[in-house]
Parts: sequence; structure tokens; C-alpha cells
Amino acid sequence: MNGEDADETTRLMADAVTEGVEDDRTSRDRRPHRENIESNENADADDRREEFDQDEGRGRQRNQGREPRVRDVSPHDSEMDEEEMLKYGAKSVMMLIVPVSTCMLVVVATIASVTYYTRKEGTYLVYTPFHEEGDISQARKAGEAIANAFIVIGVVLVLTIVLVLLYKFRCYCVISGWLVLSSLMLLFFFGYIYFQEVLKVYNVAMDYFTLSLIIWNFGVVGMICIHWKGPLRLQQAYLILVSALMALVFIKFLPDWTTWAILAAISLYDLCAVLCPKGPLKILVQTAQERDEPLFPSLIYSSTMMWSIGMADRDNSADSRARPASAARVNSEDEEELLESVEGNGPTNEAAENAIRALGTHDEERDPQNEPEPDDEEEEKGVKLGLGDFIFYSVLVGKASSYKDWNTTIACFVAILIGLCLTLLLLAIYRKALPALPISITFGLIFNFATTELVKPFMDSLSSQQAFI
Amino acid sequence: MTLMVFFGCAFIAFGPAFALFSLTVAKDAQQVIVLIASAFFWLLSLLLSSIWWTVVSPLKKHLAFGIAFSVIFQELFRLAFYKLMRKADEGLLSMINNQSPLRKHRIAYVSGLGYGIISGLFAMVNVLADITGPGSLGLQGDPQNFLIVSAFLTSCFVLLNTFWGVIWFNAWDDKKWFNIFLVVASHLFVSLMTLMNAKHQYVAPVVCAYIIMVIMGAVAFKTAGGSLFNIYRLTSQHTHRDY
Repeated sequence: MNGEDADETTRLMADAVTEGVEDDRTSRDRRPHRENIESNENADADDRREEFDQDEGRGRQRNQGREPRVRDVSPHDSEMDEEEMLKYGAKSVMMLIVPVSTCMLVVVATIASVTYYTRKEGTYLVYTPFHEEGDISQARKAGEAIANAFIVIGVVLVLTIVLVLLYKFRCYCVISGWLVLSSLMLLFFFGYIYFQEVLKVYNVAMDYFTLSLIIWNFGVVGMICIHWKGPLRLQQAYLILVSALMALVFIKFLPDWTTWAILAAISLYDLCAVLCPKGPLKILVQTAQERDEPLFPSLIYSSTMMWSIGMADRDNSADSRARPASAARVNSEDEEELLESVEGNGPTNEAAENAIRALGTHDEERDPQNEPEPDDEEEEKGVKLGLGDFIFYSVLVGKASSYKDWNTTIACFVAILIGLCLTLLLLAIYRKALPALPISITFGLIFNFATTELVKPFMDSLSSQQAFI
Repeated sequence: MTLMVFFGCAFIAFGPAFALFSLTVAKDAQQVIVLIASAFFWLLSLLLSSIWWTVVSPLKKHLAFGIAFSVIFQELFRLAFYKLMRKADEGLLSMINNQSPLRKHRIAYVSGLGYGIISGLFAMVNVLADITGPGSLGLQGDPQNFLIVSAFLTSCFVLLNTFWGVIWFNAWDDKKWFNIFLVVASHLFVSLMTLMNAKHQYVAPVVCAYIIMVIMGAVAFKTAGGSLFNIYRLTSQHTHRDY
């Protein structure tokens, strides 16, 4: 079987290197409802979906009818399937909960210790022309906040549409240039500000030479990890850091009420952009699926490996984000070999990409004959979440903690995690790309205001009497 | 000094909870989710009790009233969480590994721990945050042991909630009305006892709380299938292995 595969693969690959995109296109038609999901602003599906999609109706019956040959490959029995699914589903939830919590913890810790990010200096983002300053009435403040929120959402909408258009017309250079520039600025400039403020808080003296050396190393390693390749942990750490930095910038440079208004508005926007038939994010995700490409790695946190050049395509298209080191995959070694050989010959990235795409195609074609690839655990492991979700979760928790009430912070934290769990539960039910913001942010907002307005007085009177409940 | 007090109190209050969490719960993803969900249910119960406390404004002054209702709401939400867990259990097959006969107790234990951790956090974090601050407590004739009493009571409540979780789930499973009554009554008793703290009479509440905790621990141990014989066999096996 391996031999055959290898042969076929090699042949296909040879074809692919010459035919490239065409090959890819034909393959697309063969699996029209492949749901391979990501989008920059929303949460995204883990893709056991797509497989279960096809499989569900025939589900159990088919599992029982597996050929023994296949069963050898399968890591588990059919009776175990659902339980395994649940187990790994829980694991995949954990794989998002841990980074999300880390991001929120970084932001909260920073807000608690570095006063710079809560100090209002009268400078705000360009997108929020109203500053809620002076002695204006609450209603006026609310009005300004809502106006600001509308402007910001408008900007986000326009930028998303630009991104989608660029993607649609394959201006990859522009997109990657844009992303590289923004992450460059985040890592170097905001990284520098952050580092400087931390040094100030802890009263550490450092000369500019050392500082620039540190910032340079930090930034360059970050750029390489995010846009090219690097160890998975490091890449994830950088993505979390970038989101945290961005969240801190939002907290610092947005007026008080505007932040809350934007949080509410962005979750509504997310809901529409992902679920509306013509929503920009939905179009983006669909286009990416059709082209069998991953979305930009600098916009999405992935719990599995994502190389941005070539390798990324392999990961995502080969079998919807299997890990490279997946022992369960029949021909993973072959893939590795082929990849090495391709890379060894020093072809252009494009050639490699195409080849890899072809591999993916090949895999998918094979699926119907064999059985849904026995990758249950791999599939679940590849859950992805847009960095935007990280950022806004952190903004909410960070903003809540900036009022110096830890109960509110904890309440928001738990509410957001529960919202995330519910979103993933819905994902398991609907099996398509879902926005991650609405449920979590709604819960977060409710618990933030409910805790500050209702719970806090109660808890205060309890703790002043030192009474426990 | 403030930093030392901070760490001391933090470790006293959350040491046991942290140890339990990291040794038993953290490895298993499903259990972590159950823990978070039960914490969320506690939050809901707290929200409901605060709303109740705010709405019934004439009784705001009498904290005992708020506490009593809060205890009742907590237990009601524990019941709701129990129902939810059992539903999830049926609907989604087993939440926790099927093989273990202790599976049901495990869910109960984890949800109890979630309840305990979140209630402990809510009771203690703001106090802890204030400890580090520029001020120091107990200078002008105030009791010096305010913080340490808080820490010990928090730790006690975390463990109590864990035991209550185990007893409560089992009691509803087997319809043991006495145990249900026991949980609610002991919760009410311990919480109302802490009202004495306001008058700086710390001995009675703390001693009572710890005695109740030991009793509840014993009851929980028994509901989970433990007995004196188990302990005896455990210890004798240990000696056996030592040889």
C-alpha cells in the first residue's frame, strides 16, 4: 500500500509541478462541501467537521464495515469512536483554552503592574475622533462612544473587504507585504514601548545598545517564526504576544466607553461577517477552501504546525491540518521524503507549493475509497482561532481589570472561557465556520457590568464583615 | 513584610486547591472543562443572590439574610449543575473515562472543586490584592489576624465545597434525603457562623468550620466508597511494599 501510494504520489507530484493550479482546481470540484475553515476574525472550525459531514449519515454502519486493512491503520475501534471524539474534542477545547488564558493573563498582569497602559494621556487612535473628554453628560459620552464604535467598525469592514478583494484577485504579495509590515510594527515598535515601560516599572537601568540588541533579536526571531518557519511553541508564543501587545494598545488608546461600545459592536460585526451569505469573512474562508490554501498564518493561532511557505499548504491541504509527525498517516514518511527531495533540488517556492497541493489532492481523492482518514485525533488537534478573537477577549478582560476589581476580572475570565466552550460545542453541532466573538463577548460584557454593579457591593459588604458564603 | 504576608496568605488559602487541581484535574481536558463550567454555575448563583440582595433593599442591612439566600441559591445551582452533568453524561456518553467505577464521583469531585476554587477566589483575591498595597493591616487597634483568619477560612471553604460536591451528587443519585439536608444545613451553619468574624471573635467560626470540614470529609470519603478497612489495607500494603 505504501509503495503504491508513493508511486502514485510521485506521479501526481510530477504532474502537479507542471500543471500546478489546474490540477488543484479540478480537485476542488470533487469535494464541494469541504469545510476547511479559518478566517482572520473568527473562530474556526476544527475540521473533523468535514469528514464527519460526509460521514455522519452513514456513520456507524460504515465504521463497522471497514475493511480489516483499514482497521489496522485506525488507531481505535468503531465503538470507541464517539467517546474518542468527545475526548479529543475536549482536548481541542483545552488547546484553545490554554493559549487564550495565557494571552489574557499576560494582558491582565501587564495592566495590573504597568500603569502606563491605564494612564490616559489624551492621545487616542485616529479611528476614534471623539474623546469623551471634558465635563460632558453621560448621554453625550454614550453617543460619542457609539459614534466611535461605528467608525471603527466601518474601518474594519473596509479593510476586511480590501483584504478579501486582494485575496480574490490573488494579490498575495500585497497581502503578505501588508501583514509583514503590520507585524513588523507590532513586534518592534509596540514591543519596544512595552519593554521600556516594564523596565521603568521595575526601575531597571539599561543602555540603548543592550536594549536595541534585545529588541532586534526579539523582533527578528518573531518575524521569522510568524512569517516563515520556526518551532511550533515559539510561533504560538509570538502569536500570543502579538495579540497581547495589540490588546494593550487598544486598552491604552481607546477612550473608556468607546472600548465597551467597540467590543459590543465588533462581536455583532463578527456574527454578520461570518454567517451572512455575503459576509466578507465568509467569502474569505470559502475562497481559501476552494483554493485549498491556508489563511495567513500571521492572522490565525493554530494548535498545530503551520509553515507559511510551502509547508503550510501541505499541512492544511494534505489532510486538513494533520500534524507533520502524524504516525497514523499512512504515507507521511513518503511526504516527508518527497518534500525533502523537492526542497533539496532548490525549486522555487511556487513549485513546492504546487507539488504539495497535489499531494493534498491525492490524499483527498483517496479518502472516499478508503474511509474517512483515521485521523480523528489529528483533526481535533488542529483547532484554529483568529488572532482577532485573542485580541478582543484580552481587551475585555484587560479593560475589566483596569478598574482594579479582581472579582470582575475573574468573572469575565470564566465567562469568556465558557463562551469559548459553548462556541466550540456549537461548532461540533453545526460543523462550519463560526464566529468566536459573539457568545464570549456577550457573556463577558454581561458579567463585567453585572459584577461591577450588582455583585461587587454584595461581595464588599460580605468581605468587610469577613463573612463567607 | 506586606509581600511575605501576601505569599503566606495566598499559599494558605489556595495551596490545597492548587495541589488538588494540578495533581488530579489539570491533566484531563474534560475535567478542566467541567471545572470551568461548575465555576460558571457558581458565578450565576452569586449573581442571582446579589440581585436578590439588591432588590430586597430593606433587608440589606442584615447580612444574615443575604447569606442564607446565597447559600440556598448556591445549592440550587449545584443541583442544576448536577442535572446538567447527568444529562451530558447520558447524551454524550461518558464525560470521563468509562472504565473507572469512580467516574461519577470524579465528576462530583471536580465540580465541587470548581465551586470551591471560584468561591475561594471571590472571597480572597481582593483582600490579597490589598495586602500587597502600600497600607498595612492591624495598626490602629484592629485585629492583627484578620488576614490569616481569612486565608484559613478560604482554604476551609474550598475543601468544604469539594466535599459537598461529592456528597451532593451522590445524594441526588441515590435519593439520600438526609445527605442533601446535611449539605444544606452544614453550609448554612458554617456561613452563618462566619458572621461572628465581624465582632472579631475568630475562634468559634474557624474551629466550627474546620470541625465541619473534617466531618464532611469523612462523609464524602464514605460516599465515595471508602471505609476504615480501605485505609487499613492501604497502609498495610504500603508496609508490605516497603519490605
